[in-house]
Amino acid sequence: MNWTAILAIYKFEMSRFFRTLLQSFISPVISTSLYFVVFGAAIGSRIDQVEGVSYGAFIVPGLIMLAVMTQSITNASFGIYFPKFIGTIYEVLSAPISFLEVVMGYVGAAATKALFIGAVILFTSSLFVELEIQHPIAMVGFMVLTCLSFALLGFIIGIWAKNFEQLQLVPLLIVTPLVFLGGSFYSISMLPPVWQTITLFNPVVYLISGFRWAFFGMADVPIGLSLLAIGGFTALCLVVIWWIFKTGWRIRS
Amino acid sequence: MTAIVEIRGLRKTYDDGFEALKGIDLSIEQGEILALLGPNGAGKTTLISSICGITVPTGGTVSVGGHDVVRDYRGARAMIGLVPQEITLEPFEKVIRTVRFSRGLFGKAPDEAHVEKVLRTLSLWDKRNARVIELSGGMKRRVLIAKALSHEPRVLFLDEPTAGVDVELRKDMWATVADLKAAGVTIILTTHYIEEAEAIADRIGVINDGQLLLVEEKAALMQRLGRKDLRIELQHPIDAVPEMLSHYGLVLEDGGMALTYTYDTQGERTGITQLLSDLSGAGLVLRDIQTRQSSLEEIFVGLVKEGTA
Ligand SMILES: Nc1ncnc2c1ncn2[C@@H]1O[C@H](COP(=O)(O)OP(=O)(O)OP(=O)(O)O)[C@@H](O)[C@H]1O
Ligand SMILES: [Mg+2]
Repeated sequence: MNWTAILAIYKFEMSRFFRTLLQSFISPVISTSLYFVVFGAAIGSRIDQVEGVSYGAFIVPGLIMLAVMTQSITNASFGIYFPKFIGTIYEVLSAPISFLEVVMGYVGAAATKALFIGAVILFTSSLFVELEIQHPIAMVGFMVLTCLSFALLGFIIGIWAKNFEQLQLVPLLIVTPLVFLGGSFYSISMLPPVWQTITLFNPVVYLISGFRWAFFGMADVPIGLSLLAIGGFTALCLVVIWWIFKTGWRIRS
Repeated sequence: MTAIVEIRGLRKTYDDGFEALKGIDLSIEQGEILALLGPNGAGKTTLISSICGITVPTGGTVSVGGHDVVRDYRGARAMIGLVPQEITLEPFEKVIRTVRFSRGLFGKAPDEAHVEKVLRTLSLWDKRNARVIELSGGMKRRVLIAKALSHEPRVLFLDEPTAGVDVELRKDMWATVADLKAAGVTIILTTHYIEEAEAIADRIGVINDGQLLLVEEKAALMQRLGRKDLRIELQHPIDAVPEMLSHYGLVLEDGGMALTYTYDTQGERTGITQLLSDLSGAGLVLRDIQTRQSSLEEIFVGLVKEGTA
């Protein structure tokens, strides 16, 4: 394993992040605050509690998940698409490193950035509502796994995309709806029965449910299923990555 | 001499079915400077890309320093530095950081002294903290070279290193290339400037339409394929080439003051002796005679025409 090379990619990617640190920091703080004003104050005044948790606190895991998923995808897809777009990818392709090492560098950096933003949102939320995390280790573990798996997905999208539209298409048309409909802001039990069943086909439900369990010890679906979902999703992304590596699909002409 | 790069039957067909390399065989000697000449679309960049890992060859083998570029890519690529044809750099990054990045990417431990040396050699030290976007085109090209040299390659590929570079800077680059050669680096460069190949290469390869037409010592190539011009200056101007000299294909120049005779140095007989005696037979009085070796450019144009004919 060429750790020097992985670190080089990782650091180079992170430096892009640090160049715009203030911006990276401020935008999640503002958007989180807005969510609390809109959802917490407006809706929260009507919905008092969800299964014994105040509505404001209830939406925190969903908020974090929403940000972490979109950030992971955006960072990773952009991270690999940009060098492809401006041509600097030649250097990565000509370096004595394996595809796995390239993935580790880019995905690692994208996941780190997303994790950082997740932490910022968690902190900002704690200023608005009282939060007591029941399973802190599981919470961190879930967040890290989510960052990694969605960064993998983002990496795949970045390799697949042939232009900027495609780059934004998947997050916009697929991921954001799935996350919003995945119980970020409500409990599935609040839906009519038909919708409850339909919702269970949304993979994001399992992630958010598991993450919420780590916070409050309550979940829409059994925690085992959540773990299976995130594990399965990560494995699926890894298989696709492996296939890309084998075939050189859309990287090496 | 031992070959450091061995190319055997290398083929490349792009996804759209276009065959860019049609079976290239080439041995590149350790420590030499090889210039690859060829018109646009000849396959020069494709050849380099196949060796460096940018494209996957569809046939044949390449080894660098004994490492197969596909099976043992780590071994092969660790020896290679690549300066691409297009200027491709991260625009907002500082010069020195992109150079450090290249070194790290190739798995080399940080070495600030080496990075400084490379930047100084390429007159970029003063610009080390400038962002790439603030540099001129020629400087950017030097940054590309600095990146390739940052990881101390044994084999350096320069894909048109002096395209869009002014004369002064081109001379500087040639000097850098000469220094690298002195340090034992093997250099393969592509160029459209014939005088560049003439000035710095040890051997010259000519590629056209995905095929290597020839590879030869520069001097031998010049001699073998060289056509020479014999310029005959006359004491008194003439209006036309005398009838009895017509079969020599002489060209009348300088308002009738000079005749040019082109001959093949390789030919069994050059015809010079006969021409000279025929000239005096025609009553022409000579003032001076010069011969001139034709440039690589002319040789090259001749070759490509032959190849496509
Ligand atoms: N990715 C690609 N897909 C399809 N065809 C390609 C691709 N890259 C190059 N070609 C084709 O392969 C041929 C050789 O291209 P190449 O870039 O190797 O030429 P070159 O000798 O470097 O030319 P130049 O002097 O213009 O740089 C060209 O006809 C080109 O159109
Ligand atoms: Mg080219």
